[in-house]
Amino acid sequence: MPPSSSFTPARDPQIRAVQIRARNWGWRHAGRHNQAVSGLDLQIEPGERVLLLGASGAGKSTLVHALAGVLGDAEDGDETGSLLVDGRRAAEARGRVGLVLQDPDSQVVLARVGDDVAFGCENLAVPRAEIWPRVRRALAEVGLNLPLDHPTGGLSGGQKQRLALAGVLAMQPGLLLLDEPTANLDPGGVIDVRDAVVRSLDHSEATLVVIEHRVEVWQDVVDRVIVLDPAGGVLADGATREILSSQGERLAQAGVWVPALPPRFPTRHPISHRQALLSAEALAVGRVPFGRRTASVVAEGITLDVCAGTATVVTGPNGAGKSTLALTLAGLLAPAGGTLRASDSFAAGIKPAPHRWRSKQLLTRIGTVFQDPEHQFLAASVRDDLLIGPRALGLSVAEQNIRVDELMHRLRLDHLADANPFTLSGGEKRRMSVATVLATRPRLLVLDEPTFGQDSRTWQELVTFLAELLDEGTALVAVTHDAQFVSALADEEYRLGTPDPIRLPAGAL
Amino acid sequence: MHATTTHLGQPTSERTPRNFRWRVVDIVVASVIGVASGVIFWAWGLAWSPLSAILAFTPGLEGLLAGGWLFAGVLGGLIIRKPGAALYTEVVAAVVSMLIGTQWGFSTLIWGIVEGLGAEIVLALFLYANWRLGVALLAGAGAGVAVGLLDTTFTSYAALDFGYKAVYFVSAVVSGTVLAGLLSWLTVRGLARTGALGRFASGREGSRAPSAALS
Amino acid sequence: MSLLTPTIRPSVVARLNPVAKLAVALTVSCALLLSIDWVSAGVALLLEAVLLLWCGLSARQFWLRTAPVWIAAPMASITTILYGEDSGTLLWQFGFISVTEGSVQLGLAIGLRVLAIGLPGIVLLATTDPTDLADGLAQVLRLPSRFVLGGLAGLRLVGMFIEDWQSLTLARRARGVGDGGGVRGAARRFFGPAFSLLVISVRRGSKLATAMEARGFGSDEPRTWARPSRVGAADAVLVGIGFAIAGIAIGVAVSAEAWSFILA
Repeated sequence: MPPSSSFTPARDPQIRAVQIRARNWGWRHAGRHNQAVSGLDLQIEPGERVLLLGASGAGKSTLVHALAGVLGDAEDGDETGSLLVDGRRAAEARGRVGLVLQDPDSQVVLARVGDDVAFGCENLAVPRAEIWPRVRRALAEVGLNLPLDHPTGGLSGGQKQRLALAGVLAMQPGLLLLDEPTANLDPGGVIDVRDAVVRSLDHSEATLVVIEHRVEVWQDVVDRVIVLDPAGGVLADGATREILSSQGERLAQAGVWVPALPPRFPTRHPISHRQALLSAEALAVGRVPFGRRTASVVAEGITLDVCAGTATVVTGPNGAGKSTLALTLAGLLAPAGGTLRASDSFAAGIKPAPHRWRSKQLLTRIGTVFQDPEHQFLAASVRDDLLIGPRALGLSVAEQNIRVDELMHRLRLDHLADANPFTLSGGEKRRMSVATVLATRPRLLVLDEPTFGQDSRTWQELVTFLAELLDEGTALVAVTHDAQFVSALADEEYRLGTPDPIRLPAGAL
Repeated sequence: MHATTTHLGQPTSERTPRNFRWRVVDIVVASVIGVASGVIFWAWGLAWSPLSAILAFTPGLEGLLAGGWLFAGVLGGLIIRKPGAALYTEVVAAVVSMLIGTQWGFSTLIWGIVEGLGAEIVLALFLYANWRLGVALLAGAGAGVAVGLLDTTFTSYAALDFGYKAVYFVSAVVSGTVLAGLLSWLTVRGLARTGALGRFASGREGSRAPSAALS
Repeated sequence: MSLLTPTIRPSVVARLNPVAKLAVALTVSCALLLSIDWVSAGVALLLEAVLLLWCGLSARQFWLRTAPVWIAAPMASITTILYGEDSGTLLWQFGFISVTEGSVQLGLAIGLRVLAIGLPGIVLLATTDPTDLADGLAQVLRLPSRFVLGGLAGLRLVGMFIEDWQSLTLARRARGVGDGGGVRGAARRFFGPAFSLLVISVRRGSKLATAMEARGFGSDEPRTWARPSRVGAADAVLVGIGFAIAGIAIGVAVSAEAWSFILA
């Protein structure tokens, strides 16, 4: 099939924007005790662009899912009041509403780009002759200039989100709903998705409702902000500027990234003597693909030292090999070339190559926090999970409990001690994954995208906590896209992806 | 056009409306379980040759390995709790293991259908209303009976003496009960505790702690 | 994921309708399952070998993908020779093991049968794209589209398993449980990540279901198909060949008086 051409279509007369009306609307999920949303009264006119904010638990996601008609029927929960989309119930208005969700991987339906975009049209019984022109137009609108048989598996997060958006736009909806569409994306992907949405809205003039805790991205796109109250109903509703200034403080407390109220950077008290822990010489990193013998190198020529009490930050574009480098430094992947040596005091009596260390030997030396906290969960309760590290070290039961209690207190996880790790919120999962790693008191902490998708409150806590660790003498290596994180904590920055990786002491940017 | 109104604040007793129509989430999750099981089936099939050689000192004992191909149906049935779930999941798993490549080729599909039916019939006998451990074990045993009959009639085991065929049949049923019945039931319980089954009745029984699925 | 998504070279076989391929493999398998004798299996295998020359797989791909069959066939053969039903002159005895003329014949039959059933199935499906198969099942066989497409979507999610598995294994190494522990440790290293993988995929499946519903999937209203699945003359020829192979194999076996009907 020929690649989609990139042309910009004129304003589409076929799409009618949708009006939303809620009267005392409420929803309770089956199996939960509390109402997710209650007593909601609001009206959104056709063509309006609304940003939906509120503390977690306020019911934003539930409202958006209800508007898309995907909450379910009596089996899934109880509805009260009325929620009408263009005068009809949402479930009967399928095809008029498009929904884009947060996780890029969970929205790809089919294996080829063209097929995936055509999926929505097929479901709406659009005649075949009309489907493929719509597909090409939608792909052009979101800026994905890929051939129609391009596999969907190899796309980046930003591309997958734009693919999902194209799939929705091909249905020509009158209402576009976005549930944290850029939360799991790198800065470049965020801009791509935002621009794609703006382009499509300029053509269709559909109604927009977007949930995002990164206000800066959307504040110039939307004209109205609605803040939901966790206790029920609407807390505030009005023009963007007004609401952000009157509710700014409260929103920032709730974790929203309000542009006028940036998070505070912690003050550092760096230690004086910085012992070297790891040193890499002309290190090449890569992974061994499934079924092969040799690694495919993604980055080479890396020379750096990791010292106690310093934060080294690894930055660079997607695909440059940042995660692979982090995992290699953490001793989880073998170097593909060059050398990586631990200093004598760090190795403390065992071989100098971290990837040859046994699992238990890694525990007290290097702790790794993965990008997806769920990959680290081992036990059925938070407390049991935290105990695993100390137990593997062979500490006495009393000592194990002391350490775990102290950590849970320091990271505010006490009330979650018996909860199953998978049921925690995003911020709680992140805190827990950091706690599990610290239970064995490693001297080096390696973090892969620690602030990914976090709200401002969790971000603040994490950065403050990491600063404390640094001041206590722990070394830090962090892979990140987050420029604020770099400004707040980095002592050294290592930038991959440039021909000769640059090593900048932070502040020289 | 308005939804039915209920009173807010009333204690929520789970009056599960018994709806036997499959929702989209039922189909997709059953498929995911089926496909994941299919990959495990394929791996089990690879391990089967050496393992059965070890067990071959008494011919027929290889039946103990049969349960490794039976758990998909019981698992799917216990999670989805709708008519056809066990059959569908087992068939999907069989098809996937076939797609990847097993030595049994197309007979994998036929076996999958019959094995799925074995579990499905048991669940149907309980009117798709009872999901306790006993029923899970029986469903696993049902699948074991199905595969026992199939194997001792149509495969190379049909060429064995009657005594060995009996050994095979009995060990297949035992394997089904333990590997397919017990293991599946434990897995579903573990899954429910992680909150992954929030959209299923199997995930909501006895759940008290609010989990953060949608806010 | 290379295991599930085949490497398809443009070839006659790749352009055939997947449903036709399904029908052929099913026909031949059913025919061969009805009897255990080396004549029908051998004849079928010979005829299939001729067909397989046009399968469109490279030599390396072919041997790689059919490897399980080549390993399994001799093993099944040997097991039957050693433990199979005895008849005819006794050749060797040791404990439970008894090798007789009859069991040797059976062993040969079983081995050929495994090959004859296994090879075409693998090859035909290795040249089929799962999406095309789903299209065929829903449009040609008229299976309910909700189930066919839901199944296809689930298939896609599993493609991410390998990366997740690698990540889960690395995470366990970082947590101190990546090695050691003996047999229990090894068992935990399998069942632990397997369970986590199950949790993650059920979650992803639930989210994918929501996304699919949001795109209008799941209602009973009729849907259209962007990719038509057509059955043509070539497909009819293929199905005919399938029946021919089955028929010839059975016919030759019956006329050679080697046919032994299983259910008799």
